[in-house]
Amino acid sequence: MVASLTRRFGDLDVAEDAAAEAFAVAVERWPSDGVPPNPGGWLTTTANRKAIDRIRRESKRDDKQRAAQMLRDGDAPVQGAVDDDRLRLIFTCCHPALAMESRVALTLRMVGGLTVPEIARAFLVQESATGQRITRAKAKVKATGIPYRVPSEEDLPARVSGVLAVLYLVFNEGYLATGPDSDPLRPHLTAEAIRLARLVRTLLPEDGEVAGLLALMLLTEARRPARVSTSGELIPLDTQDRAAWDPALIAEGHRLVRERLATGQAPGRYQILAAINAVHTSARDARDTDWSQVVALYDQLVRLDRSPVVALNRAVAVAELDGPEVALAAVDPLGQALAGYHAFHATRAELLRRLGRTAGSREAYDQAIALAGNTAETAYLSRRRDELG
Amino acid sequence: MAEMQYLVSVIFDETSGFATPEEMTAIDEFNDGLRADGSWVFAGGLAAPDTATVIDNRGAGEAIVTDGPFVETKEHVAGFWIIEAPDLDVALKLAAEGSRACNRKVEVRPFL
Repeated sequence: MVASLTRRFGDLDVAEDAAAEAFAVAVERWPSDGVPPNPGGWLTTTANRKAIDRIRRESKRDDKQRAAQMLRDGDAPVQGAVDDDRLRLIFTCCHPALAMESRVALTLRMVGGLTVPEIARAFLVQESATGQRITRAKAKVKATGIPYRVPSEEDLPARVSGVLAVLYLVFNEGYLATGPDSDPLRPHLTAEAIRLARLVRTLLPEDGEVAGLLALMLLTEARRPARVSTSGELIPLDTQDRAAWDPALIAEGHRLVRERLATGQAPGRYQILAAINAVHTSARDARDTDWSQVVALYDQLVRLDRSPVVALNRAVAVAELDGPEVALAAVDPLGQALAGYHAFHATRAELLRRLGRTAGSREAYDQAIALAGNTAETAYLSRRRDELG
Repeated sequence: MAEMQYLVSVIFDETSGFATPEEMTAIDEFNDGLRADGSWVFAGGLAAPDTATVIDNRGAGEAIVTDGPFVETKEHVAGFWIIEAPDLDVALKLAAEGSRACNRKVEVRPFL
């Protein structure tokens, strides 16, 4: 509803307030008057009236004519207009002229419908700061003329990848919370990211990376029930109870990966990551994992993305295929770039442990524990370190 | 939707020198393009910040004249375009072309 109001009135504030007012009227009236036969239609009509009232209140004569014009335009809704509106809104909220934090907050607020306190809690920031961030972002959208439309064909891939980056960030915070002050896994955030990714997929069904990200999220989320022990410790992939994985999410993720493979188009990074997760979720037992396939997919990913984090993840797979010594030789050169990344030290600790280099392993576990913020991960790493004896 | 106007400031930083002849040619070509598609409003280059004079005539007495820029910074505005565009996407695209042409960073800000 906010999306279609934004399209009609060209203003995020007017749209949001009108929707909120309409809901308030509904809450007040429906219990005594009864719910109208078409509640959705009633809300939309009421919100439209509220928005026009507001524009009339705020503006001079010229703008009143504009309001009247908009009322007329709204009489014949175009087929598919609702979806188009939401898609436009997503691109506006994820515009590259806004800071990443603002894109995330604005998307969760305007597209996801989360409240300001909910968003503040999600990213462990003050409510007032979140409110201000959203207000400032909306003001920038308005003042700078950030358009409310689907980008041109030539800009679309870059802009879609910007939208996906926002959704992936929300998902990852839910998948493995970065801070020590929240639950280690935050299913509300992963669920919201998946919901938004499904929406974007409905709107852009032909986009391979959209399908790839959705598949990646589904195959990751499928493992959630097996990821934390009853004592609150993170359980790594190889020792998870695979019977606890969600078969429906896995089936849906695999279907998407197969669908992308069938197109024969070169996959982007999300599609490759989804394929890697499809290999993992295809193995009934960790020992059955097709590691050569995983390494081959990482090789493909390294060609697209030369970041040291990808190289690190590839080395983890290499350890299973070629042994810890080969993997360690690939990990050590990443030390300078990843010195502040807990997963780098955790990976080294694990490889050194397997090589029987206990002292080095303990030191690496210490560094990993100092850098890790997630409580379940800290608990897991601490136990591994203490088991070194 | 009404056209908006944007100030595209050219930022001079440590990596910049005087404009080369190649850059001047590229800027001229870019300007011709702006005029041809109706985006042109105005453009100009500015002399170095140490040529600036600050005037403060808010007080009761005579205006206070100070030699030098109002703020000393490593980066400063070396020139600008004022362009007209329907929205920020179009403005950013033009600004990107401008940045390429003059071989400098640019900042885009809307007029009120």
